[in-house]
Amino acid sequence: MPTVSMTVNGQAVSGEVEDRTLLVQFLRENLRLTGTHVGCDTSQCGACVVHVNGDSMKSCSMLALQAEGAEVTTIEGLASNGELNPMQQAFMDNHGLQCGFCTPGMVMSAMDLVAKNPNPDEATIRENLEGNLCRCTGYHNIVKAVQQAAKTMGG
Amino acid sequence: MAENGIGASLKRKEDPRLLLGKGSYVDDINRPGQAYAAFVRSPHAHANIKSINSTAAAAAPGVVAIFTGDDMAADEVGPLICGWAISSKDGSPMNMPHHTCLAQGKVTYVGDHVAIVIADTQEQAKDAAELVEVDYEELSAVVGTADADAAGAPQLHENAPNNTCFDWHLADNKADVDAAFAGAAHVTKLDILNNRLVPNAMEPRAAVGDYERSTDSLTLYTTSQNPHVARLVLSAFFGIAPEHKLRVVAPDVGGGFGSKIYVYSEETACLWAARKIDRAVKWTADRAESFVSDAHGRDHVTTVELALDGDAKFLAMRCSTKANLGGYMSLFSSAVPTYMYATLLAGQYTTPQIYAEVKTVFTNTTPVDAYRGAGRPEATYALERVVEAAARELNIDPAELRRRNLIQPDQFPYETPVVHTYDCGDYGASLDKAIEIADYAGFAARRDQSKAGGKLRGIGFSNYIEACGIAPSAAVGALGGGVGLWEAAQVRFNPTGNVTVFTGTHAHGQGHETAFAQVVADQLGVPVENVEVVHGDTDKGPFGMGTYGSRSIAVGGSAIVKAGEKIIAKGRKIAAHLLEAAEDDIEFTDGNFTVAGTDKALNIGEVAFAAYVPHNYPEGVEPGLDESAFYDPLNFSFPSGTHICEVEVDPDTGTVEIVNYTAVDDFGTLINPMIVAGQVHGGIVQGVGQALTEGAAYDPDSGQLVNGSFMDYTMPRADNVPSFNIDTTETPSPLNPLGVKGCGEAGAIAAPAAVMNAITDALGTENIDMPATPEKVWRAAQAAG
Ligand code: FES
Ligand code: FES
Repeated sequence: MPTVSMTVNGQAVSGEVEDRTLLVQFLRENLRLTGTHVGCDTSQCGACVVHVNGDSMKSCSMLALQAEGAEVTTIEGLASNGELNPMQQAFMDNHGLQCGFCTPGMVMSAMDLVAKNPNPDEATIRENLEGNLCRCTGYHNIVKAVQQAAKTMGG
Repeated sequence: MAENGIGASLKRKEDPRLLLGKGSYVDDINRPGQAYAAFVRSPHAHANIKSINSTAAAAAPGVVAIFTGDDMAADEVGPLICGWAISSKDGSPMNMPHHTCLAQGKVTYVGDHVAIVIADTQEQAKDAAELVEVDYEELSAVVGTADADAAGAPQLHENAPNNTCFDWHLADNKADVDAAFAGAAHVTKLDILNNRLVPNAMEPRAAVGDYERSTDSLTLYTTSQNPHVARLVLSAFFGIAPEHKLRVVAPDVGGGFGSKIYVYSEETACLWAARKIDRAVKWTADRAESFVSDAHGRDHVTTVELALDGDAKFLAMRCSTKANLGGYMSLFSSAVPTYMYATLLAGQYTTPQIYAEVKTVFTNTTPVDAYRGAGRPEATYALERVVEAAARELNIDPAELRRRNLIQPDQFPYETPVVHTYDCGDYGASLDKAIEIADYAGFAARRDQSKAGGKLRGIGFSNYIEACGIAPSAAVGALGGGVGLWEAAQVRFNPTGNVTVFTGTHAHGQGHETAFAQVVADQLGVPVENVEVVHGDTDKGPFGMGTYGSRSIAVGGSAIVKAGEKIIAKGRKIAAHLLEAAEDDIEFTDGNFTVAGTDKALNIGEVAFAAYVPHNYPEGVEPGLDESAFYDPLNFSFPSGTHICEVEVDPDTGTVEIVNYTAVDDFGTLINPMIVAGQVHGGIVQGVGQALTEGAAYDPDSGQLVNGSFMDYTMPRADNVPSFNIDTTETPSPLNPLGVKGCGEAGAIAAPAAVMNAITDALGTENIDMPATPEKVWRAAQAAG
């Protein structure tokens, strides 16, 4: 089996994978970083979103081998010393999560959104989170959370 | 009120772990040496299995074992059952088909389970499953609800002639109701469809079955809303292991909405197989598998009629429904379209007579069972559509027609003609508040404005009621239910004064770890951060019935309060001894036992310590401060409210935009208003999904689910819905110690009718069914001119 190497949450990692192994499988199975979730098999739900070289990416839509040499950040890589980052804090403050299954992907997508658009209005937030399904929250509080995070993150 | 007690919008205790990626869902769990399962599923909607040849599959790399229905039968694994017995009008019992975990001889829907393939890796199991050769004799299929019992339709089960499970009515009062209709000044009649929904919790179902040979004990890690009930079913009906040798763990669960109540074939087969191969067996559903194997919801065809007198007072109602059960019965699938449905048809109104009949049919589709609201959305939809239609026909303002017929606050407890006795409510107050928030008075002007822009604007009401807090065990038994629906709790003071609370309910998004801790903090005067709520493991805490039907706070929360009362009673004895006072003179407030009229006091933490280090201790009192309670509710609780939806329809494209959505709900006492609001938002969007975008579509000939993926089954996304205006009124339930009613399903119950009433208002026709997709709306707009 081929070997793949990349940097995940600041640490150099490598592992053996099949050609068909998806990045999300590598993260979950090889590295046991189970914060990244799998909610579908058609790249439609966004539960698996991580950052690859600074951009949000559905990690089920990419082979592990394609991430050779990449800088990958997962939900586990956002906090420092166990402290929630401003986006995570905003989700907590605004009750932007219920069952928490969509949440890692939602937070990673929202981080990317705010990084690229520091001052998004409601319509922009909704449009940009269109690739992340949530069955619990009805999105209302997720939108509020992203608005708060955009403010605290200096938008 | 204790700080952060009842009524505080406390931030959730469960959030940090979930936000840090440290949640523990079933697919995150791995057991040493585990193998992986994949299922061979029927590609046909209806077929006889002539033979299964697994020679090639067994020789594939990594394959450990392959089992079929015959193997499970040889081990006497029992059939999947329905736990609620319903009788037909003529008194005959329902026709429950034999439903084995893995098919024997016949499959009845696409996705039906034929074999389990177990291999060293997930990929190997999936690859090998494709090598299992099944020789099918294809049969013609029937998928539609309306025609399932037609003459000549393909027959699914020998013991269910005409594909009929039962033909039931709530009461034998048709002649009386017909007489009321005969004397009515006006009758409004609607034919409506309640579309079939796929629950689609974001976490797919998963299971890890684990076996320990040295103790002959089994553990199942599973995505369950009710682990204790799962254990009971696995033991008592499937016979997998006796209850004391079986542990069921439902850790963090990523949403349920009803679909994770049931014990399915996959979980059962993984657990059974773990013992067979003496190795843990793991399975996680692909989304494609979820679509065909999670129990679906709704799927009714209904004719509803409302009779009114000359003053537009409701005289009587007739409701005739055909409900689709799918290929087999599911755990509660007989109760959902009957006692969870017809008993809600009185709604908020004084309608004196109601006749309801329901026929349930088998079709070559995925089994149907409870999905968020379970019967109550269907009842609310039928009732609120026909009420709105009646208002239009009579040219009466829809709010005014409702107001004229509402049960008044001084009429409680109110006995409806359909079984229930409502506890309390002030329906007019919710209606008035919703009308104000929605600026109903300004609607006409907004409609004119839309018209000027070439758009059609409509507004729709939905006054819903639901029966929650299920349920008094004796009532459940009398109606055919096979279980008691009490709940259990244990409140354990640890020696150092903090508290561990065990509950038999299960949270999969509802925030029990926070809300239940608030209840305990409030009652026992302990800081909320010193209270930990434990659930989801049959080895920890008492047996419980789980979470569904918006029952957890009303029943589970009440059990906690009852256990807390025992803690206080015992603490009073200990405090009296330590404070050298009479027990009757001890008062308990804010966590302190005080001798009345003095400043002599002991904190409950000090009393707990004394209970565990009982050197100076009252005679005859047991050490320890750890109490359990079982609580059987006195009645259902009846949340209610008014939802108002305003839409703008583009007649040229058929698109519907929800421009305003107002919800005013009465859930009784609110424990954590932030969590309650979240439940309402989520429920509304599921209801909006039913109304606008969702619906399982089966090909009528092949019986294939043609939209079985997130690409094709369109769940609402963030840009399909607006933010909501929500508020509450509060009439505390007099029937439970917390005054709570339950809030989990309200949105999904109220929203479909509100949205469709708005769309039909905009279009000027009642002639459109859910989901009101752009195509249907465009056609209706064209037809209405
Ligand atoms: S798992 Fe659904 S988009 Fe990746
Ligand atoms: S919080 Fe459950 S799916 Fe989003």
